[in-house]
Amino acid sequence: MAGIIVYVLSKDGQFNKNSLGALSQASKLAGELGGEASAIVVGESFSDDALSTLGAHGAAKVYRVNGPEGTSQPAVDALAKVITDNGISYALFGGGLLGLEIGAGLTARLGWGITAEATGIKVDGGKLVVERPVLQDSAIVDVGYTGDGGVIVGRLNSFEPDASIGAAGAIEDVTVDFNDYSLRAELVTRGEQRGADVNIEDADILVAGGRGLGEAANFSLADDLAGSLGGAVAATRAVVDAGWFPYAGQIGQTGKTVAPKLYLALGISGAIQHKVGMQASENVVAINKDPNAPIFEFSDLGVVGDLHKIAPKLAEAIKAKKGA
Amino acid sequence: MKIAVLVKEVPDAAVEKRLDPNTKRIDRSGEKNLNPFDTHAIEAAVQIREGGAQVDEIVAVTMGPESASNALNKAASLGADRSVQLTDDALAGSDVWATGYALAKTLEAEAPDLVLLGQQSDDGENYTIGAVVADHLKMPSLTQVIDLKLDGDTLTLERQAEYGYDTVKVTLPAVISVGDAINEPRYPSLKAIMGAKKKPRDTKAIGDVGIDAGEVGEAGSKTTVLAINPPPAKESGELIENADDDVDGTVERIVAFLDERKLI
Ligand SMILES: Cc1cc2nc3c(=O)[nH]c(=O)nc-3n(C[C@H](O)[C@H](O)[C@H](O)COP(=O)(O)OP(=O)(O)OC[C@H]3O[C@@H](n4cnc5c(N)ncnc54)[C@H](O)[C@@H]3O)c2cc1C
Ligand SMILES: Nc1ncnc2c1ncn2[C@@H]1O[C@H](COP(=O)(O)O)[C@@H](O)[C@H]1O
Repeated sequence: MAGIIVYVLSKDGQFNKNSLGALSQASKLAGELGGEASAIVVGESFSDDALSTLGAHGAAKVYRVNGPEGTSQPAVDALAKVITDNGISYALFGGGLLGLEIGAGLTARLGWGITAEATGIKVDGGKLVVERPVLQDSAIVDVGYTGDGGVIVGRLNSFEPDASIGAAGAIEDVTVDFNDYSLRAELVTRGEQRGADVNIEDADILVAGGRGLGEAANFSLADDLAGSLGGAVAATRAVVDAGWFPYAGQIGQTGKTVAPKLYLALGISGAIQHKVGMQASENVVAINKDPNAPIFEFSDLGVVGDLHKIAPKLAEAIKAKKGA
Repeated sequence: MKIAVLVKEVPDAAVEKRLDPNTKRIDRSGEKNLNPFDTHAIEAAVQIREGGAQVDEIVAVTMGPESASNALNKAASLGADRSVQLTDDALAGSDVWATGYALAKTLEAEAPDLVLLGQQSDDGENYTIGAVVADHLKMPSLTQVIDLKLDGDTLTLERQAEYGYDTVKVTLPAVISVGDAINEPRYPSLKAIMGAKKKPRDTKAIGDVGIDAGEVGEAGSKTTVLAINPPPAKESGELIENADDDVDGTVERIVAFLDERKLI
């Protein structure tokens, strides 16, 4: 039976929204394929009650595996066993870092093909075909699988959770003998919030700063501009990783998803992992000195120039305009 | 210990990348360069050595056509002691599965204690090769690592995942992909550039490392590109070029834009 299994990521018993979206998507596709959607969780304490949410989102069956949470390889072991024992054909991930790692491990283990960054999935001739943007979204390819099955890792926010599907959600406990090497990566701490707690999700106007700011102190340019506009300041992963800005203010794949009225980018290249977190913004203005920066592909107003020259004068001009 | 660094040749950043409609593969005819993300992996290897660990050899490994030897020269100028190039007509058109399998076979023959690689290839954008290779080699792995400390045979690693920063301990041998925030790769000295071509290089065909021809290339790949479509049409935005030449005019235009859209 051409079933689809979805790995559901969680922390402290909370299921990841993108995993739930993938589950709802799998349920719809499985219907067309003539199979079932199932979910798998790997962790230490999932109550029957908590897992009922997964049924609501489309899981006909939920495989519960007791094992380490937050590293990828134990989940690869668990998925490989459940897929093989139950003759499942596809593994779907809602996206993100762990989804990529687990999906890639599974590819090697099962000899399956993998498609990352999936934005759409359809059924064609009894098989799944995946839509995937390539080369900085300049083209979209349809990818098919030639072997027995396939791994699909979704692009963030590509699949909407639907809690009204109401599938059976029968729970099956599975015991997995983890590989020795799977246990040689050991999580010491998980989900540490670095830096101050800033709120970027409620702001109508965001001024986002990237590596083009040059150094941490230059975030003052973003602060001034945000101040003049009455907005908040956000950032890319590159500068958060560098310690220039708090993690709570990061937009993108492993940060926040935002949809302000205005998103103004200072020195941001516009990598896909950043774009997925801000593409629903109503108006996008970008200042970048590189005319080839991908961000200009999705800007309403692009400014090719040096932010150090433009941003301070822009803040002044906005203040003057508002004062007038 | 021995460190292997996976490096890839990619179209240069300045080249407009496109798919060849006939082969449905990336058009690799233009200028090429070492994948910029891989320079961070080489730098990480060099820093492990400089940090006092006994690193006997840093070997750069690539799978790619003849021209990819330029990427290996660059890797050698940045600190690799030796390099291995897996090149074979049978490899053309390999997908993630086939590339990961072929690289794992090549690495097996090297028996490294640590495999380092970049966070992503600039052209493929798959973020997956590290975990594929690790599973074949039966080694633990972690991707997107931005801090790495080695103590004996234990690595303490940090990276940002979905919920914030994770700290993970991994015992060697292991496969680690590094994020681009881990370090600032140094520029090679003129001497290092001149010396790079003299460093030893092994060129291998698939038979040399026991790769099954049926598992690589287009025939061995597990995915196939069925169609190439343009992205959904969207209204192109306004672009102010050479804004530095007229900062006041630019600022005026941005303010007018914000005003038109009722944002100020
Ligand atoms: C699995 C994964 C998850 C990720 N998650 C995220 C995420 O959640 N969020 C995120 O943002 N990224 C994420 N990334 C990283 C992402 O791929 C990019 O590396 C990152 O977004 C780049 O940040 P940046 O634009 O600040 O830096 P860069 O890409 O280095 O861009 C800096 C830009 O500044 C411009 N510039 C330089 N100087 C000036 C100047 N004086 N004036 C004007 N412009 C200037 C340059 O032209 C350049 O375009 C993730 C990556 C991976 C692989
Ligand atoms: N053909 C290749 N040869 C050597 N290394 C590669 C190759 N393809 C990918 N890699 C490595 O894998 C990393 C991640 O690539 P990818 O998974 O394609 O985004 C790159 O940064 C390289 O270090």
